[in-house]
Amino acid sequence: MLFLALIYSAEDADDVDVQTLMAQYQAYDDEVRAAGVFQGGNALQAAATATSVQLRAGESILTDGPFAETKEQLGGYYLLDCADLDEALSWAAKIPSARYGTVEVRPIMSFD
Amino acid sequence: MARIYRAESGKIIAVLMHQCRNVATVEDALQDAFVQACQQWPARGWPDKPAAWLHSVAKRRLIDRLRAERLRQEPATVQALEQSYQWRYAEPEQQLSIPDDRLRLIFCCCHPALSQPAQVALTLKLICGLSSVEIGRAFLISDDTLNRRLTRAKQKISTAGIAYQVPEGEALVRRLPSVLAVIYLLFNESYHACEGPDLTRADLADEALRLGRLLYQLQPSAEAAGLLALMELHWARHAGRSSDDEAYIPLAAQDRSRWDRAAIEQSCQFLYRTLELKQPGIYQIQAAISALHARADSFETVDWAQVAGLYAALYQLLPTPVVALNHCVARSHVAGAEDVWPQLDSLAQTLAEYQPYYAARADLARQLGRCGQAAAAYRRAIELSKNEAQSAYLEQRLESLGR
Repeated sequence: MLFLALIYSAEDADDVDVQTLMAQYQAYDDEVRAAGVFQGGNALQAAATATSVQLRAGESILTDGPFAETKEQLGGYYLLDCADLDEALSWAAKIPSARYGTVEVRPIMSFD
Repeated sequence: MARIYRAESGKIIAVLMHQCRNVATVEDALQDAFVQACQQWPARGWPDKPAAWLHSVAKRRLIDRLRAERLRQEPATVQALEQSYQWRYAEPEQQLSIPDDRLRLIFCCCHPALSQPAQVALTLKLICGLSSVEIGRAFLISDDTLNRRLTRAKQKISTAGIAYQVPEGEALVRRLPSVLAVIYLLFNESYHACEGPDLTRADLADEALRLGRLLYQLQPSAEAAGLLALMELHWARHAGRSSDDEAYIPLAAQDRSRWDRAAIEQSCQFLYRTLELKQPGIYQIQAAISALHARADSFETVDWAQVAGLYAALYQLLPTPVVALNHCVARSHVAGAEDVWPQLDSLAQTLAEYQPYYAARADLARQLGRCGQAAAAYRRAIELSKNEAQSAYLEQRLESLGR
């Protein structure tokens, strides 16, 4: 079963320096790949780089900025293949940003 | 028929859920079976094993429903169900036994991915077989709110990947607390009945005790035993909590001859055997405190030093301001009100909305002869009290201050 782990955190809220955080993410990455759980994942550029688009009456309307202006922003994601929610939640809890941000876990909808 | 539903529906749902994770569909199938029973049993006579009859009919109806829904996402489920049904159909119906899968269902209903109110409602509905009306009445919430809560939770169970299994090892250690918390919350809801005119709502306590026994029977862990002992020790004393003339009697003034001594003794022995396992936990400690109260001949002869020690141990595992308050009150019986006042005072902010804090503060201030402070605390306690019997008692205490 596939789950998407969405990583939300305040962009200036890292509890350690960037180098340490990168090392922690590298270690997590290695672990989740070795376990055969990793199906994909990326870090995103800061929310300041976001452009939102809507199509209204055939016109595309662009807005400079993310979908919602909140303190905690989407900063990255992992796509995880787990047996059940408990397993997905335990992998999500290990994501380094979970210590100070929030990781939202959502099952991927299947249409077969 | 209603009695059979209460007793057996949880078991049947638990087995059917093993094969179909759509809770609403399972409930509908069981409902079909009961409707059929209501039509057939009075005319044709009751089957030898009503539960097995209901189970096999519900299963048949579940297959029909799954087929009708052409459950796109679960074609394998229909196939598996049909196979298991054919296999069972070869047996004479009265020999069918229902495997007890309720532990799975309990862990599923009390999954921490569901909100606690949803866990409580689901448990009462699916395990205890209570109707939505009964649950709504017990928790003073509207049908709408409850149904929304239930629908959302059932949907999450069927789509969020909540496993239908009893967790093992470390996962069990992580998940057990939420199951125990739901059962204890049910019991407390009844025992302390914070709102409304009655101090106890006995039926909810009965359900909590029934669940506690079921959990212990299915999963005899030290904390499940601790919770069961704790609830039984409280319940054995409930007759002392009110009388014909007084709707609320505090522990200190209760007529201890009205307590169920035999039940207390039995629960204590059960608790002591559990404590010997040396796997301490918050429910065992609270049960041990309750046992000290229950076995004392009077409020004055309670071993307060040991009660205070147990609260200190509890605080290590459960560092909440409420536990700190109880520790404080227990210590006041050993060290005196003067000695614990600073600690009590330091809790004022965190427990500003907690009614028992003001009741305790009032009593301690009264002991210290600080009538002004005592009166203010009684008034605040009355303001915060949602239980009529309790606030009437506090009014009485407030009036007696002047005398």
